[in-house]
Amino acid sequence: MENLISIFLNSLFVGNILLAYFLGMCSFLAISKNLDTATGLGFAVTFVLAITTPANWLVYHYLLAPGALSWAGLPTIDLSFLKFITFIAVIAAIVQALEMIIDRYSPPLYTALGVFLPLIAVNCAILGVSLFMVEREYSFVESVIFGASSGIGWTLAIVTMAGIRQKLRYARVPKGLEGFGISMIIAGLMAMSFMLFSGITL
Amino acid sequence: MKLLGKFFDTQRKQFSEGGKLAALYPFFEALETLFFIPGTVTQKGPHIRDNLDLKRLMSFVILSLLPPLLFGIYNTGYQSNLASGLTPKFADAFIKGLTIVLPVILVSYGVGLFWEILFASIRKHYISEGFLVTGLLFPLTLPPTIPLWQVAMGISFGVVIGKEVFGGTGRNFLNPALTGRAFLFFAYPANMTGETVWTFVSGMKTASVDVVSGATPLAIAGIKGASDLVESSLAEAGFTYLKLFWGNYPGTIGGTSTLMCLIGAIFLIVTGIASYRIMLGGVLGVLAVAYPGYVLSLFKGNPAAPMLSLHPFYHLVLGGFAFGITYMATDPVSAPGMNTAKWIYGFAIGALTVLMRIFNPAFPEGIMLVILFMNLFSPLLDHYEIQARLKKRVPNV
Repeated sequence: MENLISIFLNSLFVGNILLAYFLGMCSFLAISKNLDTATGLGFAVTFVLAITTPANWLVYHYLLAPGALSWAGLPTIDLSFLKFITFIAVIAAIVQALEMIIDRYSPPLYTALGVFLPLIAVNCAILGVSLFMVEREYSFVESVIFGASSGIGWTLAIVTMAGIRQKLRYARVPKGLEGFGISMIIAGLMAMSFMLFSGITL
Repeated sequence: MKLLGKFFDTQRKQFSEGGKLAALYPFFEALETLFFIPGTVTQKGPHIRDNLDLKRLMSFVILSLLPPLLFGIYNTGYQSNLASGLTPKFADAFIKGLTIVLPVILVSYGVGLFWEILFASIRKHYISEGFLVTGLLFPLTLPPTIPLWQVAMGISFGVVIGKEVFGGTGRNFLNPALTGRAFLFFAYPANMTGETVWTFVSGMKTASVDVVSGATPLAIAGIKGASDLVESSLAEAGFTYLKLFWGNYPGTIGGTSTLMCLIGAIFLIVTGIASYRIMLGGVLGVLAVAYPGYVLSLFKGNPAAPMLSLHPFYHLVLGGFAFGITYMATDPVSAPGMNTAKWIYGFAIGALTVLMRIFNPAFPEGIMLVILFMNLFSPLLDHYEIQARLKKRVPNV
């Protein structure tokens, strides 16, 4: 239990997927202009991460890892070199399936998330979390917590960014820095502030 | 006064449009309004009549900074003389302190003003008095041994990246002074932390040592001492509660004395410049987080994190908390503007400060980054409070 809490806090603050590892920057910079859409995208990412990370755990541990195929009578086969392409395929498939399911059963949620779901399929934070999950050798339950809390951490970062950009609507940014330039500076300053947690070992 | 007025009138031509020095008009304007109320009147609405404009507000903050500043100068000199083996007389110590602190402040003001004038001239906005506060706050948070070129680096980063790229005072989202300090902290940690940076030792003949090494009270409190109680290991090192409250121990230039910050805080609250909600919220946050740990440690004995067993009142006088919550957290630009948001903001700063002291071995003193971290959330806090209030409002029929 303590272990799970430490994974939760770790991926929320200390190793924030966005501000400590800089994954998922593209949608972070593009969709953070408006607070409501940023919140929507954050929820979508959390949702998808919470599903794809455990799914990839299953795929990796029963198909790809060295010796994982022993249930099929092939204990010497090591398919782990396929993990990148397999993870991407799994993520894209799950996102597509989710999109259709949500569209069929919950139209309001679909209209809220709809635009973002295809975007998420190519969000590098999603793939990054799956790869971290393999690298850190998490168990299945840990991978569920890790996926969900990484998503919450990502949401926290993008919502904060959207709040700041909303405040900066009154700012008078030099011509050359407008748009992405100032966003990169904001992201850098945010990452510097998140260094607050950098010495904590959980 | 008349003479001065005439001088400004004759020089106005040079600086107004078409004049030789038209590019430097913001500088002229800033200097003139320092002495005279401008005669120009806004032609269109809205009109706001108030005695307290930005210039007055900032000069009040400067006034409130005088106690920590003067005490900081005295204390820096006192500690330096003490370390050099000189007689720590008051006047001597003060003059010695001036020779150490004054260059730091001058560099901070000089370099900062250079950027401020440069941006104001090119981007055609007025020089804001907010800079006078930033330029004084920044040196007060530095250790006395800081090399002057690093002061220049820090204030440049704080003013340019922390403020001017967003369009100047009132448009930034982080406290510029703390942004500069955080930059120095991560770029040159050897000059900002450790045991040897807190006392300035001059190369005078009487000096028997080159460098004085002394752990800060926070560092002592963070290490498990021989005795069970952190209070007694603090007292062994010479840091009694009264001493920590007074602040006559080596530390940052202006941040050691809780008493002086308290005087400044009362002044700011009485004049209505800074928000009492943020300050009180901060104190409450410290106590709310420190008490449960303290009570727990009374039952279980000395736990793994020795800071847990420290009496909560000690947290209020240790490190830079008093200075930070009084002068840094209440910065009206980077703090939230709504009332409930201010309580939450202050409370979170206090709570996080204690949490960092207990659990983060990398930064025993985290108040600087805690305030920057909460600055990030202040637009959000404002936004959600406004949304909540809009929901409560009875719609107009």
